Amino acid sequence: MVTTRTATLEAVRRLLAGVTDPEIPVLTIEDIGILRGVDLLDDGRVLVQITPTYSGCPAMEVIKEDIRAVLAEGGYDTEVSMTFMPPWTTEWMSDEGKRKLAGFGIAPPRSELTITDEVLCPQCGSGRSKVVSEFGSTACKRLLVCTTCGEPFDHFKEM
Amino acid sequence: MKTITTETDLGTYLVRLGDDNLIIAQRLGEYIASAPELEEDLAIANTGLDHLGIARHLYTLAGAIEGDGRSEDDFAMQRPERSFTNALLVEQPNTDFAFIMVRQLFFDAYQVPLWRWLSASGNVDLAGIAAKGLKEATYHLRRSSSWIVRLGDGTAESAARAQAAIEGLWRYTSELVTSDDLEDRLARNGLVPRSSDLAGEWTVTVDAVLEDAMLMRGSDPFQTSGGRTGVHTEHLGPLLAELQWMQRSYPGATW
Repeated sequence: MVTTRTATLEAVRRLLAGVTDPEIPVLTIEDIGILRGVDLLDDGRVLVQITPTYSGCPAMEVIKEDIRAVLAEGGYDTEVSMTFMPPWTTEWMSDEGKRKLAGFGIAPPRSELTITDEVLCPQCGSGRSKVVSEFGSTACKRLLVCTTCGEPFDHFKEM
Repeated sequence: MKTITTETDLGTYLVRLGDDNLIIAQRLGEYIASAPELEEDLAIANTGLDHLGIARHLYTLAGAIEGDGRSEDDFAMQRPERSFTNALLVEQPNTDFAFIMVRQLFFDAYQVPLWRWLSASGNVDLAGIAAKGLKEATYHLRRSSSWIVRLGDGTAESAARAQAAIEGLWRYTSELVTSDDLEDRLARNGLVPRSSDLAGEWTVTVDAVLEDAMLMRGSDPFQTSGGRTGVHTEHLGPLLAELQWMQRSYPGATW
């Protein structure tokens, strides 16, 4: 029974590795750190716990549907629940996720431990930039412009 | 008539906070495409979205505590004006960009200490929503403060507009940091702060920003209130008419 349970949870996690953020499609929900837990309920259904990045993040509804859909294809009936405590932080974003973000043209959040004023331009790597707006195309990003290469870019804000 | 219990009180309180956030979100939404630059339109939209998200979570929790099956949409779309208990400040209609930012500064300076307190609330669900709200409100306050400084320390025109907004909105500020019986009862159980306990931090925050911006506090000592008991200025009705039109015309419509 224990092995079945472990095997099922592993299979579910493999399927969930295919669920990405609809607004940042290079990141999986695990990369961002919003996937908070996977469990089996007594009635056989799968429980997936997620937490929002921002209170009003419109992607959460789509992500919930995507989770249900991808697990339904794998034959699982799923309940998706939202948790708020502890609140999401960019510290939960994986290093792999940060690399993928930079490759996608979005400056990743800096670690709180090493925070400086420098945000590296994802285009040219320069550390010289200035803030254009405290918010970018989504609530989790702000808009900077690189003063070296002149390209504007999004920065995933530390939170 | 239900008897008053800590649960019904907490539900009432959550709707009050939800109303603050829903109404300011709607006001911010109305202003999109009117900001001085595209980036600020994005910022206003995202700030509004944060407030809307908080409102949804608070209404959902209020519905769960109430236990009568009311959803977030029921709270937002199916209540009349007199049932809304938002502070009068947040319903004040948009005039210009300086007005939007002053209203935001006054509200952010209230929300930061509120969420900080509530993130240690005895109700763990509320504490979770508040912990997220604190991060967002702190960011909002940073932005509204820096804009007020830019406006106050900018041109004669921007400073005059910012000062006019401060004068126009000053009378709605005391209400934010005034307590009532509902808060007193909940505060005794360690669930919520008394708003009057937030007044000190609100004043320190606002005074520091105004000083940096070389702007003055409001000069008119008159203060008004009524929002917490559902007695609103003439501006809330038209806001709700637009917000609720679809659900009022086609109750329960989904798509």
